[in-house]
Amino acid sequence: MTTKHPGLIENPTFRRDKLWEIDRAAETGIYDIRGGGAKRKVPHFDDLLFLGASVSRYPLEGYREKCATDVVLGTRFAKNPIHLDIPVTIAGMSFGALNANAKEALGRGANKMGTSTTTGDGGMTPEERGHSKTLVYQYLPSRYGMNPDDLRKADAIEVVLGQGAKPGGGGMLLGQKITDRVAKMRTLPKGVDQRSACRHPDWTGPDDLAVKITEIREITDWKVPIYIKVGATRTYYDVKLAVKAGADVIVVDGMQGGTAATQDVFIEHVGIPTLACIPLAVKALQEMGMHRKVQLIVSGGITNGADVAKCMALGADAVAIGTAAMVALGDNHPKFEKGFNELNSSYGYYDDWHEGRDPAGISTQDPELAAGMDPELGGRRLANYLQCMVLEAQTIARACGKNHLHNLEPEDLVALTVEAAAMARVPLAGTSWIPGQDKY
Amino acid sequence: MTTVDLTQSSVRELNQALHDLPKDATGEWTVNGTKGEHAVACGIDAPLDVTINGHAGYYAAGMNQQANVVINGNVGVGVAENMMSGRVHVKGNASQAAGATAHGGLLVIDGDAAARCGISMKGANIVVKGSIGHMSCFMGQAGCLVVCGDAGDALGDSMYEVHIYVKGTVKSLGADVVEKEMRAEHIEELGNLLSEAGVDDDPANFKRYGSARNLYNFHIDDAKL
Repeated sequence: MTTKHPGLIENPTFRRDKLWEIDRAAETGIYDIRGGGAKRKVPHFDDLLFLGASVSRYPLEGYREKCATDVVLGTRFAKNPIHLDIPVTIAGMSFGALNANAKEALGRGANKMGTSTTTGDGGMTPEERGHSKTLVYQYLPSRYGMNPDDLRKADAIEVVLGQGAKPGGGGMLLGQKITDRVAKMRTLPKGVDQRSACRHPDWTGPDDLAVKITEIREITDWKVPIYIKVGATRTYYDVKLAVKAGADVIVVDGMQGGTAATQDVFIEHVGIPTLACIPLAVKALQEMGMHRKVQLIVSGGITNGADVAKCMALGADAVAIGTAAMVALGDNHPKFEKGFNELNSSYGYYDDWHEGRDPAGISTQDPELAAGMDPELGGRRLANYLQCMVLEAQTIARACGKNHLHNLEPEDLVALTVEAAAMARVPLAGTSWIPGQDKY
Repeated sequence: MTTVDLTQSSVRELNQALHDLPKDATGEWTVNGTKGEHAVACGIDAPLDVTINGHAGYYAAGMNQQANVVINGNVGVGVAENMMSGRVHVKGNASQAAGATAHGGLLVIDGDAAARCGISMKGANIVVKGSIGHMSCFMGQAGCLVVCGDAGDALGDSMYEVHIYVKGTVKSLGADVVEKEMRAEHIEELGNLLSEAGVDDDPANFKRYGSARNLYNFHIDDAKL
């Protein structure tokens, strides 16, 4: 047994995790691939605080007075906008990345709480459509499994331009998860390491996108809302262009947003934090007179009701959760520790979702592992979690004197750090200083 | 026969009328006055015979199912994109991304097709009587792409299992694409496609290209200490 000498100092540039990665690269000759979102510490919602009511503000009674949570999405052009009971939606996760049981569980949980689920890169499964009362169909660069019949079955269509974990990158699904069914749905040879396209095949810029959206509206007879999803990068400009292209709803996904699989270097070094992108999106919408007319959904690292409330206060109409929803189903649960250990991981750290050996039976196509994912139980757990998030958000909103989550506003927030104040464009706590806005 | 004049009616009205038909509806439709309108006759799902007289814009006959669509003119980007079944025949030239991601059916282009013809195609057959532009059949997954003229740069880059047949020259092959042997089944397949498209040519005059399948999986060394 070795003991660390008290005089040993770790090199902050060549930390042991960096050394490990150099060794891994030298061994394999390939970049590290993993699931999840950015692990680096970035300014986030925990760096914000609410200013509850006191003398200058009047609170609502915390347990009884009404604090509504519903949201209507797609009011701009769609004949049939979506009316959700809660502003927490389930983000796009593919059949392929997740198995049918996990997708069913997401649908069950979302149904119970009156919210929507979203397909992913791989098409719509009958199980998913059958178990999701409100289903958003992702229209992706790969167009795997894309067909007009499914398009017309959707309650909304999300044109995906990027995601927060890898803005500018395409999907990835490694051979272990390309089973017969997944291969058939995607028209791919079984077992290939599938690398999806990063940009759409039949349009190349915002003007073309406007024509593409018109085509989708024509095919669906202008019935359902069209979302545009972007990874958070040049959010201010992207949102303006998305509005110009005709979006009903814009989804902005920050760098903490998860992915089923991509290069670690991509996840950690491309994109901006969720906290930074919300004010940029809201500013763009406000300047165009479209805030609340084109709805804004924010995703990427949302963990609890306080995060939901903070997104709403910064100007979002709704949020989307992916990783948190998987955790609610049982992902990274300590009961699977033995299984994680066998994969050289541990609960709380497991992110090799691309390998298809998830002990929790969620991010796997292995029939034995997937059988451990009880869709009914998973659905109940997700519904409980969503309910808890909403109760937490309502608690905060009432404390701020708001009778609807949408009435929260930036004025209700302060920041704990200079970085968070600058990104969220709210004052540093105890000051009136918003870095970058005031002449201090 | 039903005739729609797009100088008098909107594309919306045309498409809605086509969508309102039952899936087994038959009959002839003629569309005049297109003047480059986008999304003309997209989303049809019935075995109709539709003739479009004039040039069409982007996504003409997009996502077609069952219908036989003839376009007497040129078309913009993405003609017959994501077609599932049926037949789309362009009598003129086609812009970029013709037949993009199409899952089924037959797309025939009498003239040339620009860049990215057959990009990410997933099972459709495309016959171009003229030449095609660069990056055609990029990431093509299934189906056949037949080119009676020449092909531009990077043909079939990163493709999967499409059968590409080219009669003329290929400026360059894309990543992981190789020329392959024309076996009897390919002669037969190509002969049938040429016949279906109304091309009087000998399949033996064509070369076949396909994936070397070297990019199908990551190559991982095992250089452990």
